[in-house]
Amino acid sequence: MNAAPLLEIDNLRLSIRTDEGVAQVLDHVQLRLERGRILGVVGESGCGKSTLVKAILGILPTATTIESGRIVFDGEDLLRLSERELAGRIRGSRIGFIPQDPYLALNPVFRIGTQLLAVMRWHAPLPAAGPRSGAALMRHHRARLLDILRRVQLPDPEDVLERYPHQFSGGQRQRLMIAGAIACSPRLVIADEPTTALDVTTQLQILKLLKSLADELGISMLFVSHDFGVVAQLCDEITVMYAGQTVESGPVDTVLAAPQHPYTRALLACHPERSAALTGIPGLVPSPLRPPPGCRFAPRCGHAIAACARRAPAFSAGGPRHLVNCRLVEAASEAAP
Amino acid sequence: MLRFVLRRVLLAIPSLFGLLVLTFFLIRVVPADPAAALAGENATPSQIAEIRRQYGLDRPLYVQFAVYCAQVARFDFGESAYSHRPVALDISQRLPATLELTVTALVLAIVLGIPLGTVAAVHHNRWPDILLRVLSVGGVAIAAFWFAIELQMIFAMGLDWLPLRGRLSTDLAAPSTVTGFYLIDSLLAGRFDLFVDAARHLVLPAVTLSLGGLATIARFTRAGVLETLQKDFVSYERAQGVPARALIWKFVLKNSVVASITQIGLLFGGLIAGAVVVETIFDWPGIGFYTVQAILTADYKVMLAVTLLIGVIYTAVNILVDLVHGLIDPRLREQL
Amino acid sequence: MLVARKFAADRPALLGLAVVLAVVLVAMFAPLIAPYPQDVSVSHLLLRLKPPSWAHPFGTDYLGRDIFSRVILGARGALLIAVMVVGLAMLTGVPLGLIGGYYRGVAAEAIMRVTDVFLAVPQLILALALAQLMTPSLTSAMLALTLTYWPFFTRIVYAETRRLKSSLFIDALRCIGASGPRILFLHILPNCVSSIIVRATIGMGFAILVAAVLGFLGMGATPPDPDWGLAISESRQYLPDAWWFSTFPGLAIFLTVLGFNLLGDGLRDIVDPRLRRSR
Repeated sequence: MNAAPLLEIDNLRLSIRTDEGVAQVLDHVQLRLERGRILGVVGESGCGKSTLVKAILGILPTATTIESGRIVFDGEDLLRLSERELAGRIRGSRIGFIPQDPYLALNPVFRIGTQLLAVMRWHAPLPAAGPRSGAALMRHHRARLLDILRRVQLPDPEDVLERYPHQFSGGQRQRLMIAGAIACSPRLVIADEPTTALDVTTQLQILKLLKSLADELGISMLFVSHDFGVVAQLCDEITVMYAGQTVESGPVDTVLAAPQHPYTRALLACHPERSAALTGIPGLVPSPLRPPPGCRFAPRCGHAIAACARRAPAFSAGGPRHLVNCRLVEAASEAAP
Repeated sequence: MLRFVLRRVLLAIPSLFGLLVLTFFLIRVVPADPAAALAGENATPSQIAEIRRQYGLDRPLYVQFAVYCAQVARFDFGESAYSHRPVALDISQRLPATLELTVTALVLAIVLGIPLGTVAAVHHNRWPDILLRVLSVGGVAIAAFWFAIELQMIFAMGLDWLPLRGRLSTDLAAPSTVTGFYLIDSLLAGRFDLFVDAARHLVLPAVTLSLGGLATIARFTRAGVLETLQKDFVSYERAQGVPARALIWKFVLKNSVVASITQIGLLFGGLIAGAVVVETIFDWPGIGFYTVQAILTADYKVMLAVTLLIGVIYTAVNILVDLVHGLIDPRLREQL
Repeated sequence: MLVARKFAADRPALLGLAVVLAVVLVAMFAPLIAPYPQDVSVSHLLLRLKPPSWAHPFGTDYLGRDIFSRVILGARGALLIAVMVVGLAMLTGVPLGLIGGYYRGVAAEAIMRVTDVFLAVPQLILALALAQLMTPSLTSAMLALTLTYWPFFTRIVYAETRRLKSSLFIDALRCIGASGPRILFLHILPNCVSSIIVRATIGMGFAILVAAVLGFLGMGATPPDPDWGLAISESRQYLPDAWWFSTFPGLAIFLTVLGFNLLGDGLRDIVDPRLRRSR
């Protein structure tokens, strides 16, 4: 397909000032999400997935410095927009967000209706014909919200609007988050580990719901997770991250069946379903305060060569639409015709 | 919600009863000769005997307590040794003055303190925040009586913008009493000139009285807002594109004021104490000054009545604080 | 030490410390610093109510006495009251809090009920009532204030003791046979020390303020004491012309209390990490 990607992250590097020094949290991150697709971003805790999400939404902590790179969404570099522009044009209206912990994400002292309608008031699309402002518009939004609540399979939506967050179960809250994310008909929905806080059965239901909504509404989704299994079920494409770098990306079936980056391979090999013995990857994830030069996995990689520690590798083709960030693969593909 | 209110009010009854018992003990049991204490310093032996008979002090303790409770129910607190008028009458005339002053000071403290604290928290570590922190520490450190005197000097004597003392100019008569609050009664009587005069007299005393409370409320609001800003739902609402103004002043603020509301309850004690000083300096005819007089002249009956009164007001304020808490945070309604 | 470094980074706290030290020094060397130390008692009626000048930076009062000297000399009384009040309140309040928090039984309960009653009454009113029972003097003001303030120490020590009582190391100590008093004074008390210090510092400011009010109302210091509160009370009838008479003693009270409060806040920020402002 030749259409421009909906979201493209190009060579993003950012650091955060902490009490212990400057942490190079993201390094040369590359990411590409095509329209109408679901992209999974996978990695261990601390690999920078959440920071990446915050960078896209523009809600990074104040002590952050964007050192280089662009985040191009629908033709615009989000990093160049002001807070006001982000709040006014992008967040809620064109990018929806499903947070990791739905309990902490809801304001405990306001009713659900009040919270969700507050966002819709600013960002929900106006009806083609009909009220443009005031109480009549709010009634229109409210009717639409009830509809959306039904679509996310929450029973008795009228009652839901009147209740408070603490009166719902975990699964119900996550459905509320999903409703909140799609309420304003965004082009892109970013889901930050939305199933992590749920039990397995509920997880399955939520995943099914997300998939059906994505298909029905034609929404593109960025799905962040540490769980390959979940990503395998839901996503079309996958990008693997390690210690702030993107190491591999491609169609989910290809990457999971034939991973080319040593880290992806090692990680998949650890999965209990793939190997009889419980194995791990020797060594520890490097601290972002003192990152290794070049490829950050090199110190733990069994196949590292001298070139790995020199400048950070770039993506090279490991197959059709399958990109790998590794000197070895680069060398191999250069050698091959 | 109604059940919550009822439950809270019912819970207050034991503490009010405890207050009755406590005051009873203080005046009947503690002094060596309660009759003499009640009669006052200059009472003659026959007056003391009369008091003894009247209050049933030669009867068993539980009978005395019953008599006492009956007296309280009738608002019969005896006669003030100083003014020679029924204590209940004195108090009923003076209480509205103090309430008008205290309520105004409280409103000032809240209406100014909460926004100031919020602004300081939002501009954390920048100049509005630093300025507020200095002011709030300073506000608590200022001696109210000195501040009152300086204000009088500058605004009343020096600039002549505001009156020096009292509730009304001496050539004006008070509006006919409906609530005892001059601000309300004057409007009810259609006398706008009285309203303005009463308001002008209220300014300096109310500002003086509100200072400590303003500083404390601003401080606690600031702490509450800072803490709320760390919470996840704030960053979620921001990610959803809720504009900054609505975010702070509606969604963050409601979560942040709980601690301040508690402070308001505690503040009340400070306001009563402050009223004593402020009334003395501004010749404000309220119960604060009345109490000081009673203390200085060892007028026990007055002291007793005032103690009961303050206890009741305190309990009422605490109930109110709990109710407001329940209104703000729905999770609390189910706990109680 | 990390604590010292954190404290040094907190500018208001440093300011508070500087002010407190300054006041302490002034109080200690008052007779040497004051240009007219004899003005504690001597009057100069020819010099009544003179405005500030080089000879009298703060002007003179209604008896012609140099206000600058009297303010300096008044620092002694103020600090003396503060130290005595806080010290005595600590000596009574802390042990009561330890006992109330550690032991069960009627005595402990009674202590805490009494503490609650004292805390329920507004401090100033209580102090006034108590001071009234004795003849007005600095000593009676001191006693009244002490009786007003001890519950604050009792309450925080009680809370700390209750909290620590159920911790593991106390259980361990009891298992090896440590006696109650030993546990209280050697093990629990040291853990309360930082809260006590914070409370004491803020208490100094409180004591000076309330002592000033008592002095103003005539319940504390008596003439010719150079008490700051008393000076303000004496000044009232000469205002607004002799504005310096009330303003400078009042400023002295303000600065001193401010200093103690800033210092106390700074200490509290170190002691209670939850309230740290660095986040």
